[in-house]
Amino acid sequence: MVMLLLISMKKIKELLHLFWVFFKVGLFTFGGGYAMIAVLENELIDKQKWMDKEEFLNMVAIAESTPGPIAINSATFVGYKKAKGIGASLCTLGVTLPSLIIITILSFLIEKFNLLEIDYVNYAFRGISACIIFLILFAGIKMFISLKKDLISLSFLFITLICLILFSIFNISFSTVFYILIGGFISLIIFSVNKLVNKLKKGDKN
Amino acid sequence: MLSLFWEFFKIGLFTFGGGYAMIPLVTETAVNVFNISNETVLNFIAISESTPGPIAINMATFIGYTTYGVLGAIIATLGVILPSFLIILLISTLIKNLLKISYVQAFLSGVRPVVVGLIIGTGIILFIEIIFGIQTIDSTFSFDYKSLMIFSIIASISIMYKVIKKKFISPIILIIISALLGIIIFGVF
Repeated sequence: MVMLLLISMKKIKELLHLFWVFFKVGLFTFGGGYAMIAVLENELIDKQKWMDKEEFLNMVAIAESTPGPIAINSATFVGYKKAKGIGASLCTLGVTLPSLIIITILSFLIEKFNLLEIDYVNYAFRGISACIIFLILFAGIKMFISLKKDLISLSFLFITLICLILFSIFNISFSTVFYILIGGFISLIIFSVNKLVNKLKKGDKN
Repeated sequence: MLSLFWEFFKIGLFTFGGGYAMIPLVTETAVNVFNISNETVLNFIAISESTPGPIAINMATFIGYTTYGVLGAIIATLGVILPSFLIILLISTLIKNLLKISYVQAFLSGVRPVVVGLIIGTGIILFIEIIFGIQTIDSTFSFDYKSLMIFSIIASISIMYKVIKKKFISPIILIIISALLGIIIFGVF
């Protein structure tokens, strides 16, 4: 009986920890998806050691190629991995709650006082923008270092990079999901062709 | 109230690749379905980008609150997260076997470098936009040395911390420092 209680206590503590980690992630990521990846990478790989870099990149790849905010996708994914359905629900709730609470309070304050007119609030936000740029670049470079660097991977990376920047400067809209799908399918085709060629070669030898 | 839930469920279901992709769809819904003015929506976007949390959730909470108060905020947020939650849950239950299939591995090995390219590219685009004021080819050049100063200070702190402590500084601390730097550098000088 005592044992059972201890086990369930431990389980509850683990679940609360899961919730808390994602609550923190939700509380401290500004500026959406890619900034979120920087915080998640630090939290999941370096601090909690819940996954290695390869697994993390797989998770981001899945989160990016399915609908919905990356934050929610990642939270559900990690939560399920750690504690099935309950974990997935708790992590998703954790990452959502800070926004829900902050924005509700803010909506109320904006209605009451003209919060946005205050200069110092603006200055703090401008400082944060500069920091977010650094965080995104830094996360990208860290991921680049752990990436397998063969010719195909590198050309995929640089073509994406150059197209993204050019399209942005020339104001051409091209959804990021297309880059992801194109990369995935080209890689799939290369893989299938290689497999076929190998099969044919084997056939020749026999 | 049900239409609030349904509209945001659709937004959650049809936006791939995170925050920025959903902005056009949310704007359209807010203006046409909920009669919120274009200017108000633009303000919402600015605040959503500079407050914590995913933009999608922030926007849903905002529009929900504006239309039906606190209950509206909860319902719109629930609507926008449910599609992701259900889809990832489905994939997660399949994933152990899914990741072992060689074709799935081949697909993901193509997606991984693209994702890294997208992240670095987004960083470079934001850098050009905020430091040099260039958003598209038509924008006029304006050099924001104060932002560049904050960027350099944050970068130095982060790199020095790594060299001295042999581990990475938490992004949370960097964000707090940068907010203070913003107040000091933009406010005092």
